[in-house]
Amino acid sequence: MADQGMLEQHVLENDEPLLIAESLSKSYGRIAACRDVSFALYPGEVLAIVGESGSGKSTLLQLLSGQLAASGGHVSYRMRDGVTRDLATLGEAERRFLFRTDWGFVHQDPAHGLRMAVSAGANVGERLMAVGWNHYGRIRDTASDWLTRVEIDFARIDDAPRTYSGGMRQRLQIARNLVTEPRLVFMDEPTGGLDVSVQARLLDLLRSLVAELHLAVIIVTHDLAVARLLSHRVMVMKGGRVIETGLTDQVLDDPREPYTQLLVSSILPP
Amino acid sequence: MNAPAYNFAYLDEQTKRMIRRAILKAIAIPGYQVPFASREMPMPYGWGTGGVQVTAAILGPDDVLKVIDQGSDDTTNAISIRKFFAKTAGVATTTATEDATVIQTRHRIPETALSENQVLVYQVPIPEPLRFLEPRETETRRMHALAEYGLMHVKLYEDIARFGHIATAYAYPVKVNARYVMDPSPTPKFDNPKMDNCPALQLFGAGREKRIYAIPPYTKVVSLDFEDHPFEPYRFNAPCALCGAENSYLDEIVTDDKGGRMFVCSDTDYCEGRQAAGHHGSLSAAPYKEKAQGGSNG
Amino acid sequence: MTAMIDVADAQKTFTMHLQGGIELPVVRGVTFHVDPGECVVLSGPSGAGKSSILKMIFGNYRCDSGRIGIRHRGTLIDLATAEPRQVLNVRRSTIGYVSQFLRAVPRVPTIDVVAEPLIAGGMSRTDAQARAGSLLHRLNIPERLWQLPPATFSGGEQQRVNIARGFISDLPILILDEPTASLDAANRAVVVELIAEKKRQGVAMVAIVHDDEIRHLIADRIVDVTSFAAAA
Repeated sequence: MADQGMLEQHVLENDEPLLIAESLSKSYGRIAACRDVSFALYPGEVLAIVGESGSGKSTLLQLLSGQLAASGGHVSYRMRDGVTRDLATLGEAERRFLFRTDWGFVHQDPAHGLRMAVSAGANVGERLMAVGWNHYGRIRDTASDWLTRVEIDFARIDDAPRTYSGGMRQRLQIARNLVTEPRLVFMDEPTGGLDVSVQARLLDLLRSLVAELHLAVIIVTHDLAVARLLSHRVMVMKGGRVIETGLTDQVLDDPREPYTQLLVSSILPP
Repeated sequence: MNAPAYNFAYLDEQTKRMIRRAILKAIAIPGYQVPFASREMPMPYGWGTGGVQVTAAILGPDDVLKVIDQGSDDTTNAISIRKFFAKTAGVATTTATEDATVIQTRHRIPETALSENQVLVYQVPIPEPLRFLEPRETETRRMHALAEYGLMHVKLYEDIARFGHIATAYAYPVKVNARYVMDPSPTPKFDNPKMDNCPALQLFGAGREKRIYAIPPYTKVVSLDFEDHPFEPYRFNAPCALCGAENSYLDEIVTDDKGGRMFVCSDTDYCEGRQAAGHHGSLSAAPYKEKAQGGSNG
Repeated sequence: MTAMIDVADAQKTFTMHLQGGIELPVVRGVTFHVDPGECVVLSGPSGAGKSSILKMIFGNYRCDSGRIGIRHRGTLIDLATAEPRQVLNVRRSTIGYVSQFLRAVPRVPTIDVVAEPLIAGGMSRTDAQARAGSLLHRLNIPERLWQLPPATFSGGEQQRVNIARGFISDLPILILDEPTASLDAANRAVVVELIAEKKRQGVAMVAIVHDDEIRHLIADRIVDVTSFAAAA
């Protein structure tokens, strides 16, 4: 419990949600991948979506990030100009612009989120160039700042990520996403596929960046330890439904639903 | 048998109409790559099948055709295409830039300024400037549609990061009419400024990739760059060894197997024209580079 | 005087779905309050639900019925029904929890682990570190350890780091879950001093302490939780 402190300090008492999901559903024919999911996410809030493979958590992440059209329900987002808009009404240009400015998306496999053949500096700088930065020196300075923030040696700025280790690639992907100072970052199993020690370092980094930048995060993970370390709130999914939701430590220390109790009891004690 | 073996300019009229429609669309949307039903031509891909189809579609009996390859009128490729149209269309051909109404080119823009009654037809191998970094055609099309061109600067960034300056020396990307980013085909960046506000119509044909695009006369064409690394056309630090031209694009010619070489205009017509007008370079003297290294080469 | 903590008729039962859904009553009818500047110690045999009550006050355990009233920025908030965000706000600016175990962030130097709540509250790093240093000094953590992450420390050292982190901020309510367990006499005395200082600052505290001597030293009132024990 004591470790919750660091995150909580930064949750503003801001009463306007950043993102609102209303009765989100997605079905593929008769199969409902996601059913009737509703919640509100506030600025600076970290929400973990946990559940086993096939529980619908990744589908939900795609619905929330506008990459998949919902069969029912709405996602609204409060844009930088303060106007809350239904994502379905955004044009493709607006949606893509949102995606590379005010949003980030951290993929489980960094190869999906990075340009593997392009230097680390350009990987970080791309979003800046995409929003019209046209000064090489400033782009490079900003990129090198971000590499330092994610603990990548400046000497590696001109190396392509295919020469990087798994942990470095993931940190680079994070820098690439954060360089435009997004307010909301989606993360899909960001620590999956990494060694335990590398995971710990990454989680630690994510934790401090999230607090420092006052980021709102929606993180999909099957790892309850990740949810405990990073998130304020957790949603437990099963069969496409949210079966339990609440404060992370509450849900993990005092789970109510049989499935949540099973999940919690399935992890080894720390 | 007096009946011609080919339709005028080889292609049938239906195909020419199809290509003309693509050309008209391309002119209407400067820099936009218009797909067209590229035909098999009696030459291999890479030998200018796109340019040849565009030329065939616009050629009329009164046109005077010039064909250059790397600026030269007398390379195999240029001669073959010139003969091809002389035979199939019976049009007059020339090597003089100012006499031509249609100029098909591979990798150069003539040094002589073009005029309003001329059309420049480029042979294009890879029309997509974003292909270097984005292999998906669906994605590059979307990027063009939404004018998302950050990726183009990523390429230039990589150059500067690696070489300290924008090292892209040919196929240097441009923005046409403040809208579409376009690959000018593998012309040297030296020629980029000539595309801007050019009185002649510029047409680009990519046969294998089945794309046509265009720059209408007097259209703004800007080479991409960074504020702190502005576009710089390539400059040579010596004049042409044959005609003494100070600001033409030069080819390096190896003159012996001892490191001897000289630099001469790549545009042969321009060079010959200047020599005929009495301009002379350092031809009789030792070639420029060797003179600089003189002693050590023995 | 207005109570800082006002618990009324709170009840908690665990339903163990993995054991055939058996109900495990923990506490019921929990009713007590804590005033500013007061330290209330919960007493009773182990298993009587003392820790569960602390966790309910912190919002870590959910409450089945009843009220967990917390005075947060001048108004009484019922944590039993509060939204998660409200609970987080209460934890941010009203309730601190000092447990026996440090769940520290790896790789962060001890001095920063301790100073962090103050920095997050807006104090400059230098000032916060100065205060953290003096607290660590009082708790006999040698200065040569301050720049190291506490993960490598002994159990007792980690606990003292945790106590420093818990006591450094100026929250009006503190929950102390066996803060002196496994400390030596000297350090126990320091904790007793710290609690006395907090009382003088008007902080309301609820504590569990097993050591009778410490209990007598810090308790203003003792609430016997045996009467709340719900076990049949």
